[in-house]
Amino acid sequence: MSEQFEPNIVAFLCNWCSYAGADLAGTSRTHYPANLKVIRVMCTGRINPLFVLNALQQGADGVLVSGCHPGDCHYMEGNMYARRRFRLMKDLLEYLGVDSRRFHMSWVSASEGGKWKEVVEKVVDEVSEIGPFEQFKREKINW
Amino acid sequence: MSEKPRVGVYVCHCGINIAATVNVEEVVEFASRLPGVTVVRNYAYMCSDPGQQLVREDIENENLNRIVVASCSPRMHEITFRRTLQDAGLNPYYLEMANIREHCSWVHPDSEEATPKAKKLVSAAVSKARMLEPLEEKEVDSERTAMVIGGGIAGIQSALDIADAGYQVYLVEKSPSVGGRMAQLDKTFPTLDCSACIMTPKMVDVANHPNIELMTYSEVEEVNGFIGNFEVKVRKKARYVDIDKCNGCGECADNCRVKNRIPNEFDANVGKRSAIYLPFPQAVPAKFTVDPDHCLYLTKGKCGKGPKCQEVCGTGAIDFEQQDEEVEVKVGAIIVATGFDTFDPSNKPEYGYQDYPNVITGLEMERLVAASGPTGGELLIGEGENARKPKKVAFIQCVGSRDASVGNEYCSRVCCMYTAKQAHLIKEKVPDAEVTVYYMDVRAFGKGFEEFYDRVRREGIRYVRGNPSEIFKKDDKLIVKVEDTLTATPREDEADLVVLAVGLEPRQDARGVIDLLRLSQTSDRFFMEAHPKLYPVDTSTDGVFLAGCAQGPKDIPDTVAQAKGAAASAMIPLSRGKVKVEAQTAEVNEATCRGCGFCTEVCPYSAIELKTINWFGHEVNVAEVNEALCKGCGTCSAACLSNSIQPRSFRDSQIMPQIAALGVKS
Repeated sequence: MSEQFEPNIVAFLCNWCSYAGADLAGTSRTHYPANLKVIRVMCTGRINPLFVLNALQQGADGVLVSGCHPGDCHYMEGNMYARRRFRLMKDLLEYLGVDSRRFHMSWVSASEGGKWKEVVEKVVDEVSEIGPFEQFKREKINW
Repeated sequence: MSEKPRVGVYVCHCGINIAATVNVEEVVEFASRLPGVTVVRNYAYMCSDPGQQLVREDIENENLNRIVVASCSPRMHEITFRRTLQDAGLNPYYLEMANIREHCSWVHPDSEEATPKAKKLVSAAVSKARMLEPLEEKEVDSERTAMVIGGGIAGIQSALDIADAGYQVYLVEKSPSVGGRMAQLDKTFPTLDCSACIMTPKMVDVANHPNIELMTYSEVEEVNGFIGNFEVKVRKKARYVDIDKCNGCGECADNCRVKNRIPNEFDANVGKRSAIYLPFPQAVPAKFTVDPDHCLYLTKGKCGKGPKCQEVCGTGAIDFEQQDEEVEVKVGAIIVATGFDTFDPSNKPEYGYQDYPNVITGLEMERLVAASGPTGGELLIGEGENARKPKKVAFIQCVGSRDASVGNEYCSRVCCMYTAKQAHLIKEKVPDAEVTVYYMDVRAFGKGFEEFYDRVRREGIRYVRGNPSEIFKKDDKLIVKVEDTLTATPREDEADLVVLAVGLEPRQDARGVIDLLRLSQTSDRFFMEAHPKLYPVDTSTDGVFLAGCAQGPKDIPDTVAQAKGAAASAMIPLSRGKVKVEAQTAEVNEATCRGCGFCTEVCPYSAIELKTINWFGHEVNVAEVNEALCKGCGTCSAACLSNSIQPRSFRDSQIMPQIAALGVKS
């Protein structure tokens, strides 16, 4: 590859903490790589593990799930379920032969615009290092 | 879906906030080729009235049935544009927003990066919009009562306003008396009003108001429910005094065996009290309380031959058998006015607060000069025979404010002025005293502040620009080591009294309040408002409002103004008597639900129950969602084994197309 590899990353953010944190990063005009695009859900507890696999199938090179800090969930405990679920997810990915660094989970609160930038940079860096994801490649699905 | 989606896409320039980095023309051209898109327009400010008018006209003329607005964060304007749809007769939930400002133009200065990302975000939004469904906004009755947590000036003002409007208010205060921090102050800047004189009438008002139920020495234990229908458990701590019988005579405190041996919190621990006490003479209610941590009878089980307080009490009010009492109340709105703590200067050991008794905090100074304070308002340092008036007083500003080394980067907003006020009071009490203020910058921003600061300087208060590096003792004098940064001169100034102008911090127990009400904190650890400018008293929990220093440092006028704002906002559900409930709730597909009940277990609100239905002659269990309780978090959906429960507006069928749109390699 002559050009530098630019990974495509899909992120699932909870509305109350991480999405608001990413908004704050915007309002504070911090700059970070444009590789990561966000899908907003109300709570990380909503994120079906299949979304992650589906994103990888659809052509994403990496996936990030980010929510409220444990204990700070707007819905009291949704992020706790997410934490357990995605801990297993990492094992499942390893089992499938997928480098588990393609999947990231972070806790970013509504006041942590600076942390959001760091998370994005870290995820983009790590996924760039591993390179493009081809394992799940299949024909485009029309939903 | 009954009709074919006809999507209208509106790309906002946001002045140049978006247009400067995102090539709007290119995005418009891209969007017009997306499937289902009928109309694409761009406009300088979509949120303005002409911008919204564009949408309304197109809905009518072009028969649009899905709207995508590519502009700022949905957290900013989703509600605005939902209303636009509603005005044009379209279901408000046919709206999807693409966040091309906070998540794109503002964070990617390079147009080469921002424009392709904006296209993807728009494409994802259109994909989701095609799958949106109309939702019904339901309303439920709201309780016409409110709770105010915290009985300082903010809480008192909020409670009075709501009560005056005719609604029942529960005012919960954890200490034995209302009054809070303002009651501790001597005079208030810049007008030099006596704090007690303007505060105590309000304290009496809340106690006597027919619409206010005052719950002092009480703490909120548990909050359930939602806006309009909060169920709050309050624990009324045992005072060991029957407040109906206590007449506040004070015989008990005079006869207490540990009289004058316990530091009085109200006097910032400068004065002493008994184990049975009234925090200060003007306390409301004027009823005594036994301090369970210091009372000999309660801690050791023995107090001489029997508690003396009980012996001398003429009305037989003292009851050591009293137990904590739990009460439950239902309220429509909650105002959080829990106030602040002052910075603990032992975190700055260079100032020797713990080593030298004559290094004190601003709040301690406040009690020393207060007429109701332990010295009766006489400014004295040293004890007993050595007590004397200080001749050289030094003030150090910004202790625990604007100081990243202690984790407080913010300005506490009140210290410049309370220092100026205290300096003035010292000059009044000890006219020949030499008073020096060491400052970084003087921030005299409020009404009458600059004039007051000028007056104080004319009174002979010396202002030295410099942040002292150390306070140490030489012989019996304190030495303030500082560099005067205006003349670049290192100095070592003598002082008999050093006052640290400590900043304001969130309450130590703020964490408990956050957990109770699911609040957020800003990076300064104060409670976070829903929007720093447009929703300064609202929080991310509907029906919960902020007033006073719990939200951030402020002076008394600002606190009162905010308290009135919070009261007005809290009265909206109270006066309407109805509140909207979440429309984006979960829905069960009874045909595929297998009745395993996983969703009922994970639901944080216990909103799902199993019910038995007749399915073609078979009795089967299926899940049922209680729409009034469901908040639409969607946790049930991720736990469901058969994809049978789905949160509306965030269904798999709506998120999957977004994933597909974002996954495509550009």
